[in-house]
Amino acid sequence: MPDLLLELFSEEIPARMQRQAAENLKKLVTDALVNGGLVYEGAKAFVTPRRLALSIHGLPAKQPDLKEEKKGPRVGAPDGAIQGFLKGAGLKSISEAKVQHDKKGDFYIAITEKKGRATQEVIAEIIPGILTDFPWPKSMRWGGAGGPTLRITKTAPGIDVKVTEFSWVRPLHSVICTFGPETEEPAIIPFKVPYTNIVASNSTRGHRVMSSGEISVKRLDDYAKKLEAARVVLDADRRKEIILSDAKNIALAQGLELVEDEALLEEVAGLVEWPVVMIGEFEKEFLDIPAEVIRATIRINQKCFVLRDPKTGKLANKFILVSNLEATDGGEAIKAGNARVIRARLSDAKFFWDTDRKTKLEARLPKFEQITFHEKLGTQAARIERIARLAKELAPIVKADPAKAEKAARLAKADLLTEVVGEFPEVQGLMGKYYALAEGIDKEIAEASEEHYKPQGPNDRVPTAPVSVAVALADKIDTLTGFWAIDEKPTGSKDPYALRRAALGIIRIALDNKLRLPLLTVFRKALSALPKMTDQKNVKDAPSISPEEDLLGFFGDRLKVYLRDAGARHDLVDAVFALEGQDDLVLIVRRVEALGKFLETEDGKNLLAGTKRAANILSIEEKKDKKTYSSEPDASKLTAPEEKALAAAIKAAEGEVEAALKKEDFGAAMHAMAKLRAPVDAFFDKVIVNADDKAVRENRLKLLNRIREATRHVADFSRIEG
Amino acid sequence: MSDKNDPLSPARSFQGLILALQNFWAKQGCVILQPYDMEMGAGTFHPATTLRALGPKPWNVAYVQPSRRPKDGRYGENPNRLQHYYQYQVILKPSPPNLQELYLQSLAAIGIDAKVHDIRFAEDDWESPTLGAWGLGWECWCDGMEVSQFTYFQQVAGFECAPVSGELTYGLERLAMYVQGVENVYDLNFNGLEGDKKVTYGDVFLQAEKEYSKHNFELADTEMLFQQFKMAESACTKYLEAGWKDGSREEHLMALPAYDQCIKASHVFNLLDSRGVISVTERQSYILRVRELAKACGAAWLKTEGGRA
Repeated sequence: MPDLLLELFSEEIPARMQRQAAENLKKLVTDALVNGGLVYEGAKAFVTPRRLALSIHGLPAKQPDLKEEKKGPRVGAPDGAIQGFLKGAGLKSISEAKVQHDKKGDFYIAITEKKGRATQEVIAEIIPGILTDFPWPKSMRWGGAGGPTLRITKTAPGIDVKVTEFSWVRPLHSVICTFGPETEEPAIIPFKVPYTNIVASNSTRGHRVMSSGEISVKRLDDYAKKLEAARVVLDADRRKEIILSDAKNIALAQGLELVEDEALLEEVAGLVEWPVVMIGEFEKEFLDIPAEVIRATIRINQKCFVLRDPKTGKLANKFILVSNLEATDGGEAIKAGNARVIRARLSDAKFFWDTDRKTKLEARLPKFEQITFHEKLGTQAARIERIARLAKELAPIVKADPAKAEKAARLAKADLLTEVVGEFPEVQGLMGKYYALAEGIDKEIAEASEEHYKPQGPNDRVPTAPVSVAVALADKIDTLTGFWAIDEKPTGSKDPYALRRAALGIIRIALDNKLRLPLLTVFRKALSALPKMTDQKNVKDAPSISPEEDLLGFFGDRLKVYLRDAGARHDLVDAVFALEGQDDLVLIVRRVEALGKFLETEDGKNLLAGTKRAANILSIEEKKDKKTYSSEPDASKLTAPEEKALAAAIKAAEGEVEAALKKEDFGAAMHAMAKLRAPVDAFFDKVIVNADDKAVRENRLKLLNRIREATRHVADFSRIEG
Repeated sequence: MSDKNDPLSPARSFQGLILALQNFWAKQGCVILQPYDMEMGAGTFHPATTLRALGPKPWNVAYVQPSRRPKDGRYGENPNRLQHYYQYQVILKPSPPNLQELYLQSLAAIGIDAKVHDIRFAEDDWESPTLGAWGLGWECWCDGMEVSQFTYFQQVAGFECAPVSGELTYGLERLAMYVQGVENVYDLNFNGLEGDKKVTYGDVFLQAEKEYSKHNFELADTEMLFQQFKMAESACTKYLEAGWKDGSREEHLMALPAYDQCIKASHVFNLLDSRGVISVTERQSYILRVRELAKACGAAWLKTEGGRA
């Protein structure tokens, strides 16, 4: 079975686009082949800074033949129908058609055979189109011979439509396309890249500096081997392995340990075709700068790794650089050059760090008055003021000192105005803590600066220190209520203000810290602190639901997602959330847990079935009678012993449930509810609801309604599945 | 390459570095222009780039452009930041297929050998909101240091570039510091001589950096500048309107003088910005106003001798 090899050789592809481009190439080509009836055994895509490559093995040499049958009119049908059929099927005369018999009689049938085409031909046809429409995040034209041009079409006088005829991520230089079985010299499929003068061949180039001339290749193994000889490691994962293991070994030889960084490793592997790992050094005095800042400087600006001393865990004054060259001087110039730049960068960082500490955080605050947080939500200063007041109000709930919570909230964002954070936004919060500690500010307050941004993602730590928790909640609640008030809610995949993350953050903080947070009350308070909205929407468009209730609904959805990820049933969350006044996350979760346990018992399952049965009967009869049976049943009209027993049991259970709920003992509430199971079962067993006596029937329907109502003390059973 | 002891060796003098680049690009067939005689933020503003990048005519040019970034002034106290520095600008239109190779050869011409130094092309998309221009390309790294910008122009003054120009911009001071092995820009050897005859970059520019920093941040007459902005803006519009030959919109005769006023407006805006008298929201609208001028100049240029087929 033949193999296909494709290479698109270009100028440097941005590292961040490489993986996706390789995946896209593989998917687009294999999908197109399969659509053309060409099934393959395996496919693998590769990418380096200068090339995208794809190998597909085990392709058939040609497409299967296709036989198409087209049913025509009845034998003896009017000539018009026959002519139409011949035209549609592409036949010259009716004698070319076959006659087929079925139970309705004899029909004409046209059989056309489509010969499968050679795979090579199909490939030559599909790939140019794939290249033309290739989904690069951003692509370009280039000049010169072979560069695609811009066609300007005049559609009407004065209206020019510009058509980019071909574009690529960076100038494309050559294309390899070979096809053939393993044992033979593969053929070149010489398609032309549209609107360029590039014609696919079997030749490419190796490393820009460490190789010269063109290389002719056959298929994947030969291609990879020849590239390797021309100083190109084709496989990005292998480049990563080389970098990682060399970096670790070099570190080890110096008694140090590599600070691993997967994202940096991935990026660096996309910047080199031939990784050469080296170690460089900077002056020890830079180690006074916080380690996070050193790391950010070296990582972001220089794409280098940092090292630490395994004994102390502290950063070492060394770094790992990955070059793309086995230099003729052994790499001395490269090391010296990189060290020089890192030294300059660290001097800047040190200067920033020293300068920042000369200004107190408090003294920076007035500047926030000039910074807009959001056009409709006022300045940063106004927002900080709101957060501070809210943090103070939340303090008793989270058992924090209100004055400390307020002060922490006021200072928590101050580091945004420092030089270091201006340069490296990812150390925001952390720098605030360092600067606050350097000023001698209370540790609890200082730490809130870092902690209040947490949790950032599903794997991030949740703050637990009370002052930090107060500020974290206030910050997130102000964000959410603010954007809710101006109707900037997340839609679909769009969530530019990361509001889902903020809500999930509040959920995790509340649950992990077992905080009894009355969300609706808190939302109302936060909403009332927002600037007055002047441009009210049309009354017609105004939602009938208040923003705080809408926001609570959003929390319900987030909670469902969160609990589902934790293994809970989403319908149970719905069943609890449907009850009135459920805005306390801790209670909701405890209730869901108790409900889940209850429904696993026999009593629970049967009571659920009984309640659903009651609800079903009720809804059918209510529909039939066009009225609802929501009032109390008349005790004097209860006749059967089972219905009397049920009525009594409901009353008793409700009393018990209410008492248990008052103590927030959901287990006990469920246990009390379980006592209904036997009377409910007995009732359905022995009593006929639709009694002939109208009054009796009505009274029984009211009793059914009582079952439904009673269970609503713990959950809305109608929302539970099963 | 020239002898290392030659004062005009790129490794010994700032002017030697410039001369080596001039020679290299002259040999590639570029027109070697002198700097444009107006204040501008980057070599891209030179009409030899902005306007000549538009239209179908081939154009190969190289020049040094003094570039003014009023906000980057540091009173001569920062070893790397200047409010006035030099860019070396190369435009090749259409961009040749071997532009990257040419670039590497130009580095070799100033003593940076790609077999010894790690030269890398790192993603950097270029955009100039004031010029209504964008392109794709890289920042070029030499041993971890950014030494040039490399851009394939896609759009200039709001018009698609056809053909595409390749633009190379070398930061001359930074490159010179690297090849001379100097840590402070003011220590650069300017003329390549030693002892009494040595002239440093600081000898030439330190005083200017101090004076202009004070000017840019503290003293530049903002009232005058606000007026100048308005005047340049209205003059530009006036010249553009008056430049149409015979009143029909087929041929334009005043694109270059009009564009000078766009350059002027842009620099005046930069000064106002460094004086801190333009708020965040106003800033955006000033940028848009300059862009409108640039676009109108580009449109006019396309109807001139130089901009037409």
